[in-house]
Amino acid sequence: MNAIGRFLKDVFKNRAMLLFVLPATVWFLFFSYLPMLGTIVAFKQYRFSKDGFLASIINSEWVGFDNFKFLFATKDAYIITRNTLLYNMVFIVFGLIIAVGFAIILSQIVNKRLAKLYQTGMFMPYFLSWVIVGYFTFTFLSMDRGMLNQILNFFGLESIQWYSEAKYWPLILVLVNFWKIIGYNSVVYLAAIMGIDKSLYEAAMIDGANKWQQIRRITIPMLMPLMTILTLLAIGRIFYADFGLFYQVPRDSGTLYSVTNVIDTYVYRGLKVTGEIGMTTAAGLYQSLVGFILVITSNYIVRRFNKDNALF
Amino acid sequence: MFKRKKSRDFHELTPAWNLIFNLTAGIFAFICVFPFLFVTIISFTDEKTLARNGYDLFPEKWSIEGYRYVFQTGDTLLRAYGVTVFITVVGTLISLIFISLFAYAISRKSFKFRNFFSFFAFFTMLFNGGLVPTYIVSTQLLGLKDSIWALILPMAVNAFYIMIMRTFYSTMVPDAIIESGKMDGAGELRIFTKLVLPLSLPGLATIALFSTLGYWNDWFNALLYIDDPNLVPLQSMLMRIETSMQFIMQNSQNSSLSTGLLQNMPQDTARMAMVVLATGPIILAYPFFQRYFVQGLTIGAVKE
Repeated sequence: MNAIGRFLKDVFKNRAMLLFVLPATVWFLFFSYLPMLGTIVAFKQYRFSKDGFLASIINSEWVGFDNFKFLFATKDAYIITRNTLLYNMVFIVFGLIIAVGFAIILSQIVNKRLAKLYQTGMFMPYFLSWVIVGYFTFTFLSMDRGMLNQILNFFGLESIQWYSEAKYWPLILVLVNFWKIIGYNSVVYLAAIMGIDKSLYEAAMIDGANKWQQIRRITIPMLMPLMTILTLLAIGRIFYADFGLFYQVPRDSGTLYSVTNVIDTYVYRGLKVTGEIGMTTAAGLYQSLVGFILVITSNYIVRRFNKDNALF
Repeated sequence: MFKRKKSRDFHELTPAWNLIFNLTAGIFAFICVFPFLFVTIISFTDEKTLARNGYDLFPEKWSIEGYRYVFQTGDTLLRAYGVTVFITVVGTLISLIFISLFAYAISRKSFKFRNFFSFFAFFTMLFNGGLVPTYIVSTQLLGLKDSIWALILPMAVNAFYIMIMRTFYSTMVPDAIIESGKMDGAGELRIFTKLVLPLSLPGLATIALFSTLGYWNDWFNALLYIDDPNLVPLQSMLMRIETSMQFIMQNSQNSSLSTGLLQNMPQDTARMAMVVLATGPIILAYPFFQRYFVQGLTIGAVKE
């Protein structure tokens, strides 16, 4: 009784702060925690019931791991996992190198106004939605009107049906994604470079270090914690693809699925197009679980080397 | 006016490298802006010229027909604009209130349950139920299908923003200020609104901008939850035009009906004009608010 009494007393004492957290807590319950419980659908043969949410879930029949078995028996499971992982690996590795590269370049440019102008330009794509980016890509790739085919024709080459030739799409998607996010990432690193203590560079100059040595010995090591944290975050999300990139830019073109289908688009189509609720939920849970394990492990590994660089 | 004498010091790059760096960054920046310019040019091109020459950087004949079309049949566009503005304003307000209150509470060391609630929010960054259960909860339990709230609520709270805001409070708002408020007998809500909020305006501005951008650019929730044409936001409208165009094109071989339909669809220039009108506000506004983004990003990168 005493423990409960003490708890109630604490609740009463903290009532103001509890009221403060209430709205967002209710939100988290409905939009995060209830869906987490809802993943039991992955182990059921989902049947929609008119009596509402609980009735649907309770009345659906248990099927154990059948949904997972079906999922991994399909070729799709392999394709979506491979696509999601490979694209994200390219995004993480090259994205990091290019973004840090541009951040250093911007920080070194002598005319600061020009540097600011470049930064503003690079940052722009980040503010556009994938729908707009889809339109942009179309102006280049359209079969009869697009700029790329015009260029090909100019050199006497045949037009290419870009939206049905799968082999070009890995490159296109990587380029479009870099186009959209590199500016944003560079700005993050640039902000970190600006925050580096200037006296470090002065000391290095007195010791006779040149610009390149300064970049290698000061700038990059000082960026290391941020690079680790952002890469960790990205690795934790390596099982999540950017739905917009893979859905809007290829215009949901069926002939391209072998190289554009990722876990997120697969789940979306399962839900809205084919309606295989159980198997789709299974795919979603597979994504969440592996993602969860990946964050925990990568964080654990980083923690063992350097506690400051870990996320938690 | 004195002309400042430029002396190159050790700090600076050699002119050759400076040129290379300028070129690299300049070219990439141009590539980033170019598609928008290109679409703008297309939107001002004459439709027949377009049919003959394709998308061209230097069209033979200019025209404002695309824009005229959009404004004449402006109902859908105007309505979509209205929906987008509404969800952006209401959504951003709700986000700000929910996030700032929650983040403030878990930044207070005197709050007994702060660790529990911090973890409660943080855990959602690590694990989630996925799309299908979220969809089932939203449609069957909350009844969000074809409701304007389906465009607002799913994006209202975000654990990441809460973490940014918490860091902001704990670094920018000194405990002494809160204590002094308590001494004067102010209640928690009063302390928060009168003492804490004014100090945290830059943080709030950052969250507000992230949130505004998120709502303005959202099409995913509309794709999931909205079928009612009256509730379609801007981005989603652009997307729907595209899809129905493709559908008609694909089925236009042997049906005379579709040619009629196709004539009623906005032509290329009109669609590009809509793209320009949908992106215009953001492109014009973002150079002014980009520094708040940068600020937010740097705060977010600092962990507690």
